[in-house]
Amino acid sequence: MGGRLFKDFSLFSATLSLFLLIGIFAVLFSYAQASLHEFGFNFLYMEQWEIGEDDEGGVFGGYIPIIGTLLTTLIAMVIATPLAMGIAIFLTEIAPAAIIKPFSIAIELLAAIPSIIYGMWGLFYFAPIVQTLFGGNGVGLLTAGIVLAIMIIPFMAAITRDSMNTAPDVLKESAYAIGATKFEVIKDIVMPYSKGGIIGSVILALGRALGETMAVAFLIGSVMAIPQKITDPTTSIPVLLANNFAEAQDLEMSSMYYLALILFVVSFALISMAKVYFMRKR
Amino acid sequence: MNTTQKPIMEIKDLRFIYPGAAQPTLKGNNLTIYENQITAMIGPSGCGKSTLLRALNRIHDLYPGCKYDGEILLRSNTTGEMNDILKLRKENEFIKLRQQVGMIFQKPTPFPMSIYDNVAYGLRLSGIKNKGELDGRIEKALKEAAIWDEVKNRLNDSAMGMSGGQQQRLCIARSVALKPKVLLFDEPTSALDPISTAAIEELISELKKDVTVVIVTHNMQQASRLSDYTTFMYLGDIIEFGPTEEVFLNPREKLTEDYITGRFG
Ligand SMILES: Nc1ncnc2c1ncn2[C@@H]1O[C@H](COP(=O)(O)OP(=O)(O)O)[C@@H](O)[C@H]1O
Ligand SMILES: [Mg+2]
Repeated sequence: MGGRLFKDFSLFSATLSLFLLIGIFAVLFSYAQASLHEFGFNFLYMEQWEIGEDDEGGVFGGYIPIIGTLLTTLIAMVIATPLAMGIAIFLTEIAPAAIIKPFSIAIELLAAIPSIIYGMWGLFYFAPIVQTLFGGNGVGLLTAGIVLAIMIIPFMAAITRDSMNTAPDVLKESAYAIGATKFEVIKDIVMPYSKGGIIGSVILALGRALGETMAVAFLIGSVMAIPQKITDPTTSIPVLLANNFAEAQDLEMSSMYYLALILFVVSFALISMAKVYFMRKR
Repeated sequence: MNTTQKPIMEIKDLRFIYPGAAQPTLKGNNLTIYENQITAMIGPSGCGKSTLLRALNRIHDLYPGCKYDGEILLRSNTTGEMNDILKLRKENEFIKLRQQVGMIFQKPTPFPMSIYDNVAYGLRLSGIKNKGELDGRIEKALKEAAIWDEVKNRLNDSAMGMSGGQQQRLCIARSVALKPKVLLFDEPTSALDPISTAAIEELISELKKDVTVVIVTHNMQQASRLSDYTTFMYLGDIIEFGPTEEVFLNPREKLTEDYITGRFG
């Protein structure tokens, strides 16, 4: 009886989430129609974001926020990936037992901090440091990228650590037993064994960096301009959406749905890829 | 049994304590391992067979906090002297030791790479880079492990796709390729079917020509079929050690006799 009810409920929830996914896609797609018709795929290369006179029409292109999103994400990934791998390797293979526990808890807590706090901390504490070290005026691509990296490192490190922990002790012992060093065991046994999980964690972190709004909104500068230097301010898709949503109308609104659709499709594709990698391993 | 056999390893008053354990797991063991002989370790589960075996290549030391006391002597290739392996401290000394004293585990442990690379791995670590030399050593090792005919046409396939028995022979090839002096086997057939078990047993008897074998087994038929010497352990002590025939047919200790005749265990 109870089992039956539970089964029905699970089926209902699973179906509901599938419909939600399709529903969101349908809404984004239909609201983006006006912009899709007006600009087509040129939208991806157009730099203007100009509202027409009397709030009628205008020219809207996604190039700047798309580039801003890609560049901040790229900077974040380049910084975060090696550091997260290092932390995961340290926690699974190198750290003495006594410090693994506190270190792991710290990482999990860091992963749970709301992103707006990273944004505020980044703006007030980190932006001036970046300014002194690299020039610019504090906010911009680099600051956003670095703080984004700091945000996704704990998340990436925690998942990578979990998948590295699945490499069986006997397998590692076998490698030591034919004369491997610790470094060789990590490189040749642990990393290949947990490859699926590692790639999956990188892709999930990538998805998170792409869609991050609040932290980046504080730090990227939110200006519609193509960055010339790494310290220049620009904008990103989620930041543009958050900033303009309240006032936008008609074609601008539709163009924002177009941007949201792009982000949705890219994130969905990334998450699906990550799932494939995780499943291949389990 | 002739008396001219040379000891290759000698264990003297070996005590061993796991980290955090209240009692020592090995309580002062003495044992001689003779060159090119097969020595079997038998005894009820939990008596310390694996613990003793794993001391012989210091694989215990991968986990911090293990304490040894006593001596484990290994004869040096070059000088012929008996050196205490418990004095080793550095990573490269451990590597050298483990290349000389190899180990095969209960479950087959193929690496997640091709059949060829599984055997090449240890050889490359030991500094052999030349393709021709690698090919030769790998073919020889796979032949010695009696698996060459089964794999020679699919050396580049993943080792993960082989059967359990084949994987175990691959693991043996992987160790044999390094030309070790001693090979330690910890219940190498307990996860295998009878046919694969027979193949591994035959292989171990063959290997004796080139290496010294120490094998832990819970299977007394296996010990009596395979080994030249048998040691019976009980609760962390070595109760009896001698030529296999004597231990099985004419044990000195009552405890050994009870165990062999199946009165406990
Ligand atoms: N890593 C460990 N830490 C603490 N005690 C252990 C550990 N491994 C084994 N032991 C204990 O040491 C004793 C001997 O174990 P083991 O050598 O595995 O026995 P056997 O191989 O003869 O079955 C057992 O009592 C076991 O519980
Ligand atoms: Mg055991």
